[in-house]
Amino acid sequence: MSIPHWGSDVDSRGCEKLERRYRKNHIDESVKPIYSPASSQTLGRGHLREGGLETKKNFFAGTAGIVLAGSVIGVVAALLQKLGNPGNMGICVACFERDVAGGLGLHRADLVQNLRPEILGFVLGAFVAALSFGEFKPRSGSAPMARFLLGMCAMIGALVFLGCPWRTLLRLAGGDGNALFGLLGLVAGVGIGTIFFRGGYNLGRTSRQNMGLGLLMPLVVVGLLVLRLAYPPIPNEPKSGILFYSLKGPGSQYAPLLISSIAGFAVGMVAQRSRFCTMGALRDLILFRHWHLFLGFSALLILAWLTDIVLGQFHPGFANQPVAHTESFWNFAGMLVAGLAFALAGGCPGRQLFMSGEGDGDAAIFVFGMIAGAAVAHNFGLASSPAGIGPNGVAAVGATLAVCLYIGFTNLRRSEK
Amino acid sequence: MPAKIDARGLSCPQPVLMVMTKIKELGSGEIEVLVDNDVSRENVRRAAEKQGWTVAELKREAEEYRLLLRH
Repeated sequence: MSIPHWGSDVDSRGCEKLERRYRKNHIDESVKPIYSPASSQTLGRGHLREGGLETKKNFFAGTAGIVLAGSVIGVVAALLQKLGNPGNMGICVACFERDVAGGLGLHRADLVQNLRPEILGFVLGAFVAALSFGEFKPRSGSAPMARFLLGMCAMIGALVFLGCPWRTLLRLAGGDGNALFGLLGLVAGVGIGTIFFRGGYNLGRTSRQNMGLGLLMPLVVVGLLVLRLAYPPIPNEPKSGILFYSLKGPGSQYAPLLISSIAGFAVGMVAQRSRFCTMGALRDLILFRHWHLFLGFSALLILAWLTDIVLGQFHPGFANQPVAHTESFWNFAGMLVAGLAFALAGGCPGRQLFMSGEGDGDAAIFVFGMIAGAAVAHNFGLASSPAGIGPNGVAAVGATLAVCLYIGFTNLRRSEK
Repeated sequence: MPAKIDARGLSCPQPVLMVMTKIKELGSGEIEVLVDNDVSRENVRRAAEKQGWTVAELKREAEEYRLLLRH
């Protein structure tokens, strides 16, 4: 009977303990004689044996887990709309980061200013989950400037469409037909990204950082939470202390603070454990024909749609949809740019927030790029409105597409293909 | 000697892409993969199993995982 061996660099007492447990759980001594280690075996009590090493079982990494994660996000988003968040925008990562930029006064578009607690909850939920399960790993150093610019491009593209990949699904779930063009653009953008991946594209390796650096993003978010608590919205006042709050428009629509915070925190935890990523769903499907993440993507859409029907929030059509315009080509083109930028940066805006909570400084840089992109988009007339694309929206799509392609072509590292 | 892939410091899809390329190149045999995070470990395992390979061995060394894939 052969037992899977561990290298001499592994603690020998640990080996003996694992071997004893292995024999107890898995070896039927009456069966001879070849042991062929299964790739993964459940041991019970939340543990998994992979290739001989016992690891903590992560329920959310399985099929049921990713479906549950997508379902939770879909239901929570639709419920948050019922509780006050804007229409078809229960949780839009791009829109809410844009609102955060406005809340901090980085742009002065008075319809979209609100330091959204959901965004803060995402980072802190992911942080607590990562810390609890030993997955908090401070790291950074992979092309930060490129990631910042990709974040800007992603946000500008998303604001031409008026939504991130999450909102694309939420808009579809609410019956907004214009989002079909956004979805097609997202698929096209991610598809272009996969061509770069096949050509050897990557932004280089990260390196480990110390705990202090890894804690920077969670600490920044705690600081923002303190600001939000210290300066809550005041009825009929556009400013509370140093924070800006919309009095009308999407920024003025929000669910109660406690509910939004808990919802954001819960989504952050679930998404960190499940690795939920809307861009990754499309990328893995196109690149590898892997359906795993796409199951979560689909679950979000279906559960949000069902919840919208139950709550009376499903209104199919193209005209007069909430916070949306009907310029189909620009809906497509905006999300093409966003999809490409998300692909090249390795995650949708939600995933970038969750990774930033896990100690990934590069993801945090991308998040700040998105916030800067929101400020630029509104200060320079790049963002769309329900009336149509912004005065400089066409130029914005062209420029951001050029930036993405430049970063893509200049980072083809065939040696690591 | 197994073929070696060092995917430390790389995030997905790179580790999976590197493994899939090597799997296609070899057809069968052994591949040793180094990753440094749980997401890559899960993704590499899932991708390899989908191709009919198994994780014959998994070692944790400090902050890294060494997977031995076999077919």
